[in-house]
Amino acid sequence: MLTIENLSATVADKQILKGLSLTINAGEIHAIMGPNGAGKSTLGYTLGGRPGYDVTGGTATLDGTDLFELEPHERAAAGLFLGFQYPVEIPGVSFVQFLRESANAQRKGRGEAPLSGGEFLKLAKEKAALLRMDMEMLKRPVNVGFSGGEKKRAEMVQMGILDPKIAILDETDSGLDIDALRICGEGINAIMRKPDKAVLLITHYQRLLDYVKPDFVHVLAGGRIVRSGGPELALELEEHGYEAVAA
Amino acid sequence: MTTLPTRRDEAYRYADLAALEPLWPVPGQDLHVAAGEQGALAVILDGANDAARDISITLEEGAQFDLRVLNAGSGYGRIAVTVTLGKAARFHLGAAQIAGGNQTVEIVTQVSHAEPDAVSTQVVRSVLGGHATGTYLGKVAVARGAIGTDGSQSIRAMLLDRTATANARPELEIYADDVKCAHGCAVGELDPQSLFYLAQRGLPPAEAKKLMLQAFIAEAFVGAADEEALTETALKALEAML
Repeated sequence: MLTIENLSATVADKQILKGLSLTINAGEIHAIMGPNGAGKSTLGYTLGGRPGYDVTGGTATLDGTDLFELEPHERAAAGLFLGFQYPVEIPGVSFVQFLRESANAQRKGRGEAPLSGGEFLKLAKEKAALLRMDMEMLKRPVNVGFSGGEKKRAEMVQMGILDPKIAILDETDSGLDIDALRICGEGINAIMRKPDKAVLLITHYQRLLDYVKPDFVHVLAGGRIVRSGGPELALELEEHGYEAVAA
Repeated sequence: MTTLPTRRDEAYRYADLAALEPLWPVPGQDLHVAAGEQGALAVILDGANDAARDISITLEEGAQFDLRVLNAGSGYGRIAVTVTLGKAARFHLGAAQIAGGNQTVEIVTQVSHAEPDAVSTQVVRSVLGGHATGTYLGKVAVARGAIGTDGSQSIRAMLLDRTATANARPELEIYADDVKCAHGCAVGELDPQSLFYLAQRGLPPAEAKKLMLQAFIAEAFVGAADEEALTETALKALEAML
């Protein structure tokens, strides 16, 4: 589904990704772990097309489509969802309005009919309930006044509504208390653990992986994948640290 | 003033004098609100022609006035407002300016707190693209003895292009003790992080910009009697400009 080959990228002229390769098939959940500054968030932003993250080499394709030929909103319509480590607050713009417009822009991009107001609200209510989020919160401005945990749950609600093919979730577990971690983990499973979908979890810790069991675990260090393995690799990292395992 | 002003006149420093000439002299509009009464006015300049307005408002004791302005014509648009507040009177201005191309839009206010305990609030939001110039010149004057005055000016401009210009000059002239006057003024661009966040959810750039600007402009019309209609008219002007 997602094929990354030899990807190099710079941020502010600094080389962060240095020939990263990774293949994720439909139905799989991958976790990328690694020390601070390894390039984990850069990978997510580069795939999402954030301005300032420049691809200097390599390719990334989603079901055969070259991602780097597409604008960020077109990548979203192609089925790429990026869960932000720090979701942005946007005063004055309501979640419901923005999400409905986003969902319909994506549908338009794919040649599908737009959702009516009623259809959209039904869908939003269903996904909010899945993440135990009060629907009233989604009538408020985007992320404004949300706690860290509420922001992350709201990211998962958005993922549920937008129904992507692949979700790259950047430290979704950071800032979550124990209950919220479980709710988010269960949400990810309910929304994304399907034969035609895939997930790339970016995380520092094992704890999220207790709820969302990865099929593959990779260690990212110095801008490249330095080791890959099964779920046991995460436990090994937890026990011995990145330095020992990545060496 | 009967002769056409020049740029040396402070209130016309950024005006489009060539566009102003055929409109000169601008006929004044005098509004008077009796003690304890309420008044409201919405001024919408969104036509194809150049337009200038000159409004004077006198508020007697305890009188209130709610003035809303949409300055979004396709030519030159100038609105000058002079307000005199009596004891415990209240005045609110909520204004939006939307301009692109080579347009010049401006709002010039002079709010005089002549007596104690009056409240004036001004909220001005400008969205400027192309080579447009948007100006706010606003003076709040507090007379000797006008204690308990509360005057505020919140002025913000959003530049969509580096070639657009925003001028903002909030001014205070205070001759009384025990007054509260606040002014905030900011000129900025749309937050690129927010735009990327919206794009990542699937919104095309133009839609994302529109959504954010709509929220920005809406601040000028919060609480207006015809808030919805004003916001909708402003949105149309915004769409035409983008």
